[in-house]
Amino acid sequence: MQTKGKVYGIISNLVIVNTEGVVAQNEICMINHEGTPLMAEIIKVSGNQAFVQVFESTRGIKVGTDVEFTGGMLEVTLGPGILSRNYDGLQNDLDKMEGVFLRKGDYTYPLEEDKKWSFKPLAAVDDTVTAGSWLGEVTENWMPHKIMVPFKMEESYKVKWLADEGEYLASDKIAVVTCDKGRDHDITMIQKWPVKIPIKAYVNKPRPFKILETGLRMFDTLNPLAEGGTGFIPGPFGCGKTVLQHAISKQAEADMVVIAACGERANEVVEIFSEFPELEDTRTGRKLIERTTIIANTSNMPVAAREASVYTAMTIAEYYRSMGLKILLLADSTSRWAQALREMSNRMEELPGPDAFPMDLPAIISNFYARAGYVELPNGKTGSITFLGTVSPAGGNLKEPVTESTKKAARCFYALSQQRSDSKRYPAIDPTDSYSKYIDYEEVREYMKQNIAPDWHDKVVEAKNYLLRSKEAQEQINILGDDGVPIDYHIVFWKGELVDFIISQQDALDETDRFCPMKKQKFMLYKVLEITDREFEFENFDEVAFWFKKVINVMRQMNFSDFETDDFEKYHNELIEILKEK
Amino acid sequence: MTETRAFQKIFTKITKITKATCSLNADGIGNEELAIVNGKLAQVVKIIGNEVTLQIFSGTEGIPTDAEVIFMGKPPALKVGDDLGGRFLNAYGRPIDGGPELMGQEREIGGPSVNPVRRKQPSELIATGIAGIDLNNTLVTGQKIPFFADPDQPYNQIMAMVALRAQADKIILGGMGLTNDDYLYFKSVFENAGALERIVAFINTTENPPVERLLVPDMALSAAEYFAVEKKQKVLVLLTDMTLYSDALSIVSNRMDQIPSKDSMPGSLYSDLAKIYEKAVQFPDGGSITIIAVTTISGGDITHAIPDNTGYITEGQLFLRRDTDIGKVIIDPFRSLSRLKQLVIGKKTREDHSQVMNASVRLYADAANAKTKLENGFDLTDYDERTLAFAKGYSDKLLAIDVNVDTDTMLNTAWKLLSDNFAKEEVGMKEELVKKYWPETKE
Ligand SMILES: Nc1ncnc2c1ncn2[C@@H]1O[C@H](COP(=O)(O)OP(=O)(O)O)[C@@H](O)[C@H]1O
Ligand SMILES: [Mg+2]
Repeated sequence: MQTKGKVYGIISNLVIVNTEGVVAQNEICMINHEGTPLMAEIIKVSGNQAFVQVFESTRGIKVGTDVEFTGGMLEVTLGPGILSRNYDGLQNDLDKMEGVFLRKGDYTYPLEEDKKWSFKPLAAVDDTVTAGSWLGEVTENWMPHKIMVPFKMEESYKVKWLADEGEYLASDKIAVVTCDKGRDHDITMIQKWPVKIPIKAYVNKPRPFKILETGLRMFDTLNPLAEGGTGFIPGPFGCGKTVLQHAISKQAEADMVVIAACGERANEVVEIFSEFPELEDTRTGRKLIERTTIIANTSNMPVAAREASVYTAMTIAEYYRSMGLKILLLADSTSRWAQALREMSNRMEELPGPDAFPMDLPAIISNFYARAGYVELPNGKTGSITFLGTVSPAGGNLKEPVTESTKKAARCFYALSQQRSDSKRYPAIDPTDSYSKYIDYEEVREYMKQNIAPDWHDKVVEAKNYLLRSKEAQEQINILGDDGVPIDYHIVFWKGELVDFIISQQDALDETDRFCPMKKQKFMLYKVLEITDREFEFENFDEVAFWFKKVINVMRQMNFSDFETDDFEKYHNELIEILKEK
Repeated sequence: MTETRAFQKIFTKITKITKATCSLNADGIGNEELAIVNGKLAQVVKIIGNEVTLQIFSGTEGIPTDAEVIFMGKPPALKVGDDLGGRFLNAYGRPIDGGPELMGQEREIGGPSVNPVRRKQPSELIATGIAGIDLNNTLVTGQKIPFFADPDQPYNQIMAMVALRAQADKIILGGMGLTNDDYLYFKSVFENAGALERIVAFINTTENPPVERLLVPDMALSAAEYFAVEKKQKVLVLLTDMTLYSDALSIVSNRMDQIPSKDSMPGSLYSDLAKIYEKAVQFPDGGSITIIAVTTISGGDITHAIPDNTGYITEGQLFLRRDTDIGKVIIDPFRSLSRLKQLVIGKKTREDHSQVMNASVRLYADAANAKTKLENGFDLTDYDERTLAFAKGYSDKLLAIDVNVDTDTMLNTAWKLLSDNFAKEEVGMKEELVKKYWPETKE
């Protein structure tokens, strides 16, 4: 018997329910509003009262309305057919909804009911299997989609029966497994999993050791994100968080990209809907949409579902990771999720922490980031979730709770600077404040040595030093004036500007420059350092600026030209001529 | 005591009164339902057991504990129809122009959001003739963007000018805390332009109670949705001043004992504002809602919670500033932004648009550095002098809001300013563009 209850109070999207039985924290209930069940989640229990956050507008709800508790937590439906789909924060398929406007309580099925999948068994009868074991596979948009023993099945089982190769509905039985007690369990291609609980069907989570290529010099060269690693981009509005995330979602070397549009603009999601079906994945030549799933809870959609959206996205990523895939998870913006928590906490009149955020915000954030990672699966294969979130600090001030909590949880920090954005130095990532902790991992260094160049790490450090010293020189010049400092200061300043303009800056809107392959990144870094490592003689500081601007100008043309083409070589030769002057 | 008239429940015992709210015991009331308390319009904001709390839009002054409270059984609504055209209405959607009552179909305001997959990516450029907008911060239909302006800037005048040049089918003005003078100004500008039939206005002036303002954006946007969805029209919604709207939000939330977050604004400010601004939309069948708003700021401080949350929601902002060098109001190229500009620049405009825009702003930033040097008493280099000369021309010929030319002219003017002051290598642009557009003769 399911527990029932009645609405007792309504404060915006917080509803207080008088219950008549057992309820659980995070249990889902349905409020029967004029014949339409509205979904809500228990976020606090006090005596026989459950405080629930409603995933819909509460307009019109009355005291006394019937409520039914479902006995389960918020779950996602996992199976083939998730790729390329546009979901809301609760995994409803947005394309299946009727009408222009979202209707309250319109819950749509996230998979395809009558699509047949070609199933190929991977296991054999009598195999011993556990949660996450691969029983077979189907092809989803050209990607092998593994059909696994459901994660909720916690024991060890023997495969009793396995479907033959053939066409099946996702809901068809494809295997029967038997537990130690001799009980049979039917398995289909579909399983459910509660979003707030991590899927742990892996044996090991080693430290990340590979670089996840993004085609962005500011990432790959200067502050690399590791495959299975975590990073975040804090920055004031308009400084380029979303542009960066979109660039990475298009260019990163991943099997699948899950994008959680969390409390941000609808038009930004529309951009993905409309462009990704046209754009190609540079590596595979397939359309980007084929590897992408979008979870959209835009800022005008119900606040409670916003919190759920990042968990929905993470759970989907974990599901695909268990298939041995390389997943990139992006969330824009995690601050909106934190704000959703704050809105609820305030409505429940909880004791507020800093800036009225809930006290346990740091723990919530770090638990979430901890779900990313590179994992070894029981069958020896590996999979990964690389997570990159954005943070929208109030007033652009990085000393606020969400930024500070995230800084403790994420290993890469890409701080966007208002000043750089104002002067259109894109991407506006501050080259001196930002960091990647992975660059100092032994494993990552070894990887760079093997895969990029033996002295790569030193070169990157050297480039960063030029940037730092340039900043110091600039401060001196600003204090003492152009003539107040030796010419050397100008040279140091301009060497850093060269690194900045050619390596740090990158035009996201230029067809060529937006994606810089690793071998071009390498070529350009060595070229820049070849210049900065030289000793120069100049007559006066004006001459320094003029000469370096010439070098920057021609090297920018190299950035705008495809690597190793005639155009590129033409500018490269021009550069060589300019370098001969000095 | 309770009696019931068709769908209406009536009560006469108020148990609690604050400056903006009152509470009473009542059953069977829906959340966000409308009520009339002592003749004043009110809305349910909280229900606990049988205690219902109402927000009284025009304030609680003079309300007695035995006031008659009539519940209407429905949320706030607007009567939408073609008879809205040319009308001036108050925050409740009732005529203030002496004209007849509206006859249209009653529509709930503050209704649901558009399903994101039913939207179309905006791609239609809005030309304003102002280079600070068209060149540097190009606007697109379906966009939402505010002017950030100190109270002494002529933001309402600029907004009216932009609205009239924008070629919209309907212009819907939501005035919140407008001075009576500005209200009359809007009215006469629209009248003189012969645009009155295209206008619908919802007006709350400084003479009206502040909490009433909370209805204005939803009223304006419900009217906009009617014309954009049902008539497939291009609708431009003007909201001024959203800072006064937000202040009204904080009044209500403070009265309801909510914990304020930054700058005494409610913790839900982001969601509250987003619900309004996200009504901007481009529909696939041609209808669109574009929102241009005003957010007044204090002393240029955009870190205050109101402009800050706004900037995180809107698709850019147009920052007004008086440039003392040329004595005119300009659209500040550093702090202004149109996030949708890349959807049209170089596509609907000339190929050199993006690079000209960025190079000019970069050089304008160099001029700002030179100015700092000058202020600190240092000598300027030749390059510094040239950036200053460039900046002056750039402000005067392009950034000033009194410029009114087409985009090609703006681009040509920019090339002229660049070539007058710099060598080709100094502008850092793509060579093929420089080859094609660099004016050959120097003055
Ligand atoms: N890398 C970039 N290259 C060119 N323009 C950029 C870049 N990053 C940001 N911009 C400009 O800044 C605007 C705002 O960027 P966006 O990513 O939306 O900011 P945020 O998400 O931080 O608010 C963009 O619309 C674009 O005009
Ligand atoms: Mg953004």
